[in-house]
Formats: sequence, C-alpha cells, structure tokens
Amino acid sequence: MIASHYNYWIAVVLLMIGLYVVMSHSNTIKKLIGLNVFQVAVFMLYISLGKIEGGTAPIVDAAFTVYSHPLPHVLILTAIVVGVATTALGLALVVRIHEAYGTTDEDEALIADRREAERT
Amino acid sequence: MNGFVWIDIVLFTILAATAVGLARTRQLFAAAMLSGLFSLTSACIFVLQDAVDVAFTEAAVGAGMTTVLFLGTLALTRSREKVTPPRRSIPAALIAIFTGGVLIYASTDMPPFAAADTPVQQHPLTQRFLDDSMTEIGVPNVVTSVLASYRGYDTLGETVVVFTAAIAVLMLLGRGRPATSAEPKPREALPQPIQHDQRVLRVVSKLMLPFILLFALYVQFHGDYGPGGGFQAGVIFASGLILYALVFGLDAARAAVSPAALRRMVPLGVLIYAGVGFATLLLGGAFLDYNVLDAHDPAHGQHLGILLVELGVGITVTAAMLMLFYSFAARGVGR
Repeated sequence: MIASHYNYWIAVVLLMIGLYVVMSHSNTIKKLIGLNVFQVAVFMLYISLGKIEGGTAPIVDAAFTVYSHPLPHVLILTAIVVGVATTALGLALVVRIHEAYGTTDEDEALIADRREAERT
Repeated sequence: MNGFVWIDIVLFTILAATAVGLARTRQLFAAAMLSGLFSLTSACIFVLQDAVDVAFTEAAVGAGMTTVLFLGTLALTRSREKVTPPRRSIPAALIAIFTGGVLIYASTDMPPFAAADTPVQQHPLTQRFLDDSMTEIGVPNVVTSVLASYRGYDTLGETVVVFTAAIAVLMLLGRGRPATSAEPKPREALPQPIQHDQRVLRVVSKLMLPFILLFALYVQFHGDYGPGGGFQAGVIFASGLILYALVFGLDAARAAVSPAALRRMVPLGVLIYAGVGFATLLLGGAFLDYNVLDAHDPAHGQHLGILLVELGVGITVTAAMLMLFYSFAARGVGR
C-alpha cells in the first residue's frame, strides 16, 4: 500500500498545507502563496495518474515502446500558465487594496470598512 | 526498490519541508523565495514522472515568473505579516486535516501508482494519441500534437485566459501611475538600476542575456521534436527581458521593448491563433483542422498549423508576462 500509493499521499499532504494557509492566514499575499502550493498539489496528482511503469516521456522515438500518457501533461502545462496569470491578477488586487486601506490584511481592511460605515 | 524511489523520497521530503517552512514563516519575502524553491523541486518530480514539458513550464513559471511577481508586490506593500490568532488557525487546521483524511481514505480506492491497467492507460484515446499521432500529425512530441492539434480549441481558450488576465491587471494597475497623486514619500521600488559597484552582476547578466533569448527561440521552434512550445518559450523570453529590467533598470527595458508594442502583441498572438482557425474554415475544413492548410499533404498542413498556432501562443505569453511585470514595477516607480 505504502509503496504503491505514496505519490497520491504526498499530493494530499501538500494540498492540506496549501488549504490550511489559504484559510488560516488573513494576509492576502500569504493566501496567494498558499493557493500556489494547493495548485501544485493538484498538478502532482494529475501528473502521477499519467505515469506508467517503465515508460518514458511521450516523445515518439523508435528506441522506445512504452510512453506515459500525454493528456495529463497537456492539461497541466496550460493550467500552470493560466495559474500564473490568475496569481498576477490576485496580486494586482492586493496592491490596490494596500493603496486603498494601507494594509494587505483582510481583517484590518474589514475593520476599516466597519469604522467607515459607523461614521456615515 | 530501485534508485528512483530514493530520489523520490529525497525530493518529496524537500518539498514537504519547504511547504511547511513557507506556511510557518511570517517573513513574506522568505515565503516568496521558498515558493520558488517549492516550484523548482516539484519540477524535478515532474521530470521523474516523465512529464518533461510540464517540468519545463513549472520551472520557468513557478521559480521564475511567480517569484518575481510576488517580490514586485512585496516592494509595493508590507513584507511582514502579523501573528495568526488561534481563532483562525485552529478551525482551519481542523478543516484541512478532515479534508486530507477524506482524500487519503478515497485514495485507497485508486489503482497503484504507475500501473499499466489503470483506466487512464486503458482508455482508447491513449492508443490514438501514442500510436496514430505520428501518421496523422507527424510530430514526435505527442504533448505538442495533443496541445496544438487534437485539443486546439482548449489551448485557444487558455491563450484567451492569459490575454484576459493581462488586460485585467492593466485595468487594475494602469500604466504605472497610481490613481491618487497625494501619496507619501517615494518608496524603494523593485527595478531601480543596480549600482555600479555590482559590476559582476551587470557583466554576467549581459553575457547571459543573448543565450537566454536564443534558448527561448529554440524552445519555441523545436517544440515539435523535443520538450517545449509556445507557453514555455514565451515565459523564458519574458524572463530574459525581466532579468535585463532588474539589473539595468525599468527605463532601459522599456526602451528595448516598449509598453505600447506589448499592448499590441498581447492581442496579436490570440488573433494569429484564431486567424489560423478562420483560415481553415475558409479553406473548407473545420475550425482549426490543419489538414486543409496543404491541399496535397495533410501532415504538412498539420506542421504548418502547429507552427503558426505555437507562434501565436508564444507572442501572447511573452507580451502578457512582460506586461504584468511592467505593471507591477512601474507602479513602484511612480510613487
């Protein structure tokens, strides 16, 4: 069981760490770093599904007959690039929040919002 | 137990330790650097699992691009976070442990890792991709033929997502000038030209720059035969220019590649990609059916279509990544 499933379990452990960071930390930059860890965990699960015993990278050559499945690679390759684009969008929002509230902490921003609501 | 298992164990240990480290540290600068290390280690694991194209992308994007964007944000904001109170950390830990427990319980139902009789390997598409792609498309790198031809619609969608994200960041951060002019004293921003005493850094990066850009072009045009393609090449090309901006200052980089040119290049790549689709429609085929591009030799048409489509992806990704960097960096200069 351990020898045949540890690849999946490491993905689950990384996913747990990422999920914990996203939920527990109120700092928005730290949340995005946690989201990246979560994302890589999902990528690892996908890639491990395509691996086949004794296989090689899916680049056809007469010297090889067994190849890993190319489809998970394609899906994850594009997901990584889309991931950096969405991270950049999140970071741009963080920069704007910092300009508006003077903080990158979501709790502090919410308190500032509540104070403003009481004043008006 | 073969040698790969030991490499696996070492890499997984580094990966888990890095993840724990970046979760625990309150220095966001350190967390950003650790997330770069995390990406690089996971890229090594992807190589072990035969996903060379993915590893390539993860190394260029995760360790290069994402880290630079985090550092650019930290230069504009604060790099220390406050202590996480137990009222946040305890429920989060409980939910994470519960989710992990459920997933590990579910994973016992999964087939053994790397088995040949899993549903993934037994699916008819596997044989179609691996056996028929050489005759249908004639490109040795199956990842490229699936990416650009079999699943060409999908990749067009992903390219549009990158385009949309670049536009959204441009809307949020503008061309670098903050909306309010009554900002406090100018802050130390990321791409100040490095002082002259850093001569080694300047000379070495200037020597490396042509090789990085040439390598990006190789990755772009050799993607049919080896690992590579438009996504990877775009990120590598952009990282080369970002290195130039970091060492020689933002103004020097803007003089080399102007923001106005980038704003045209981002949609240009998407238009090339979609244009190939419309060309195939006009030639009587289906959308993105490259066979019709060459009336006599369908495989040649496939080659041509994949080349053009990857070129479109490369242009959009290069311009989008560089534009993202410019937006964050210029925001700091304007303050």
